[in-house]
Amino acid sequence: MALANARVSMPDRAAPGEVVEVKALMRHPMETGYRLDAMGRPIERHIVERFRVRYDGREVFSIDLTQGVAANPFFAFFLKATRTGKVTFIWEDDRGEVTTVTKSLTVTE
Amino acid sequence: MIRALLLAAALLAAQAWSDPLPSGTIWLSDALKAQQLDPAVNPGMLWVDAGARLWNEPPVTGPSPGATCAACHAAAALTMRGVAARFPAVADDGALLNLEGRINRCRSEHQGVEPWPYESDELLAMTAFVARQSLGMPIDVAVDGPAAGHFERGHKLFHLRQGQLNLSCAQCHDDHAGRRLRGDVISYGLGNGYPIYRLEWQSLGSLHRRLRACSLGVRAIQFDYGSPEYLSLELFLAWRARDVAIETPAIRR
Repeated sequence: MALANARVSMPDRAAPGEVVEVKALMRHPMETGYRLDAMGRPIERHIVERFRVRYDGREVFSIDLTQGVAANPFFAFFLKATRTGKVTFIWEDDRGEVTTVTKSLTVTE
Repeated sequence: MIRALLLAAALLAAQAWSDPLPSGTIWLSDALKAQQLDPAVNPGMLWVDAGARLWNEPPVTGPSPGATCAACHAAAALTMRGVAARFPAVADDGALLNLEGRINRCRSEHQGVEPWPYESDELLAMTAFVARQSLGMPIDVAVDGPAAGHFERGHKLFHLRQGQLNLSCAQCHDDHAGRRLRGDVISYGLGNGYPIYRLEWQSLGSLHRRLRACSLGVRAIQFDYGSPEYLSLELFLAWRARDVAIETPAIRR
């Protein structure tokens, strides 16, 4: 899909030890593989299988998705700001397509 | 006595009609309302983002890419503010255009490219992006002058009994708005949040897609996307929704 995109919302600055909320929304059909098209042919499964988040190189969030997750999956979680670094969001689907979004988190007194 | 009562009733009706009708959002759960309001969570914003990218992209790739939307219209936040509130509107040649039709006319007349098909990702994204620039603005369409004929046709269609169930739009969306129809509440049928993210679709969709679902529901003829019937009905719905704030992309069940 040419318009595939993701939308990540989080503050770009935080105090040391501050807990910030991270929201990640991703455009994906999450086709279950169980449905039939108008001609009765099965629609091939097409889902995001894995969503991972790395903070300054360390994995801080990871989830395996299944057919039970609705289209355009959304996740929110809390992150403790410890040091300045990049937060990388990686979605991998079952067709090998990888979508990556990178944000910077600056930790200041 | 009877005359006084009738007069009071008429005044009351006029009073009720001069207030804007309530947006369908009022019947959403608190969770869905919050989801619609927060751009970080509203899935329709994915299409708005895509529209923002298309705004700045040339319509074709290659040696002669053509002008971007931004080349003529500059920053959408300024030039597109309030535009969606005025549509559908009549073009110079007398054709009634909704936002989708206006965007496609710009493509064929000024960018020299094929129009985007109705319900394509691109057309939904651009429509959502343009409509989003009018967020919170009251709907105010012209229904006089060149629009009068279209408006009259839309008004008639709204009150025309249709399909095997022999129901008009008005019988549900005027007479029974706010009451339940199976699992959901019947709205006033205002188009103030379109294109909407509908949970049933798991996607963004246009007003005409929703109208086709309504036509199917009463077992009536489903008009084509962008058909004159739905366009005039869209104009009438926009007039019903006058002074209602634009909420694009709204979330509906």
